[in-house]
Amino acid sequence: MGERRRSHMFRKYVIGFLFLAAACVPAAVPKQMSVTVKETQVRAAPSYLGKVLAVLAYGDRVQVVGAQSGWAKVSLPAGKPVASGSPPQKEGWVNLSALTEKKIVLKSGASEVGKTASSGEVALAGKGFNQEVEARYKENSGVDYAWVDRMEKFTVSPEQIAAFLDQGGLAAEAAGGGAQ
Amino acid sequence: MKAHFRAAGFLVVAAALLLAGCETVSTLTDIGVASGKITESQAESIQKSAKAVEKSFEDITPEQEYYIGRAVAAVVLDKYAPYPEAGANEYLNLLGQSLARASDRPETFGGYHFLILDSDEINAFAAPGGLVLVSRGLLRCADGEDAAAAILAHEITHVAKKHGLQAIKTSRVTAALTSVALTASQTAGSEDLAALTSTFQDSITDITSTLVNSGYSRALESEADRGAVEILRRVGYDPNALVRMLKVMDKKIKPGGLDFAKTHPDPEDRIKDVEKTLAGKAPPPSPPQKRAARYTASLGKI
Repeated sequence: MGERRRSHMFRKYVIGFLFLAAACVPAAVPKQMSVTVKETQVRAAPSYLGKVLAVLAYGDRVQVVGAQSGWAKVSLPAGKPVASGSPPQKEGWVNLSALTEKKIVLKSGASEVGKTASSGEVALAGKGFNQEVEARYKENSGVDYAWVDRMEKFTVSPEQIAAFLDQGGLAAEAAGGGAQ
Repeated sequence: MKAHFRAAGFLVVAAALLLAGCETVSTLTDIGVASGKITESQAESIQKSAKAVEKSFEDITPEQEYYIGRAVAAVVLDKYAPYPEAGANEYLNLLGQSLARASDRPETFGGYHFLILDSDEINAFAAPGGLVLVSRGLLRCADGEDAAAAILAHEITHVAKKHGLQAIKTSRVTAALTSVALTASQTAGSEDLAALTSTFQDSITDITSTLVNSGYSRALESEADRGAVEILRRVGYDPNALVRMLKVMDKKIKPGGLDFAKTHPDPEDRIKDVEKTLAGKAPPPSPPQKRAARYTASLGKI
């Protein structure tokens, strides 16, 4: 009898605590996220082996409808061309390391800069350390970027990686993107 | 029953802390992590949700990280000549990008790219954002593809965990992130741009002097070794290759030298740490002949 009452009280404590925590901490999965890398792919499955359905660019907004081991399930933004030959799809998967909860503003006026400088919810593309700062830095320091530009062009296609892993007897389905 | 009351007591205290304001979230999550009640990643997401108070390396956007990394790599390439042999660099990029995809951060603003430095020194530099430079001397410590993978996976973890950005002084990060300077075409005053460029220059110096002179802390190096073991396991390489590579390095390294001897913990200490994480785990099946053959063809004579 007494035990039941105590465990009832305990449940009340827990519920009360959860209420307080919920008031302080917003929901874990936000509805909208932005692409925070130059370019990323929307895939048919939560894996780098998944067929590429569409390509997203820096600043693109996506509606997140779910998440699984480091990947976000997103609705394809309207107007994004779907890769030819694939059946019409409304949803796909983007690696979470390519997304941010912040809204990215690609072009902005000076008035917005002041307003958003201290805000954690908006990131202005091109603000802070940017191409302009790099150009000035190059001028001041005389440092040569030729090999940096060359090494950025060392690219490897998903097909080459798949063949490399297969030939080496390695795991094609290597878990990445925060999968623990 | 006593356990119930203790748990209830913990909840009451936690609730009181929550009521005191969300600023206490950070302390609370620290307690949670320390007591094993929540994981690091859970703590991180709770903290991110709490009101941001100060600017830290975590607030640097991937776009800004990209420009920092390009400058860091350019400064390193000012001191070390690249090893331009195309076949060796192509192989290194195939290997490195396959590994990066299995890291906790597969995608960065400009992606991961790898380049060999034409130097006998035992050295490597991971510039923020994923530009990874590895010397011929360090690659010679590898006895095969698995060990070369261990070298790259260690550097990839430095990038994924933003170790380079952590070397920038907080005052500079705050200055950069609250600057109102925009691109010149968008009304930035030239004074703003000059001030921001000077902050940029100082930030690059913070990172390069850490990479070249002082090195990361033993804790960060240890984190990079653990991250390397994890990546190797995910892809199917033998994590013991990291230990083999460190043993070769230990023999080759000259005490008081200007390379890894100066910027990294003693290989013997790293071996002890890594062996702890490897204990009791069986190595993967022996690799196919093709893996050994392609390594020999590409890096065998590095």
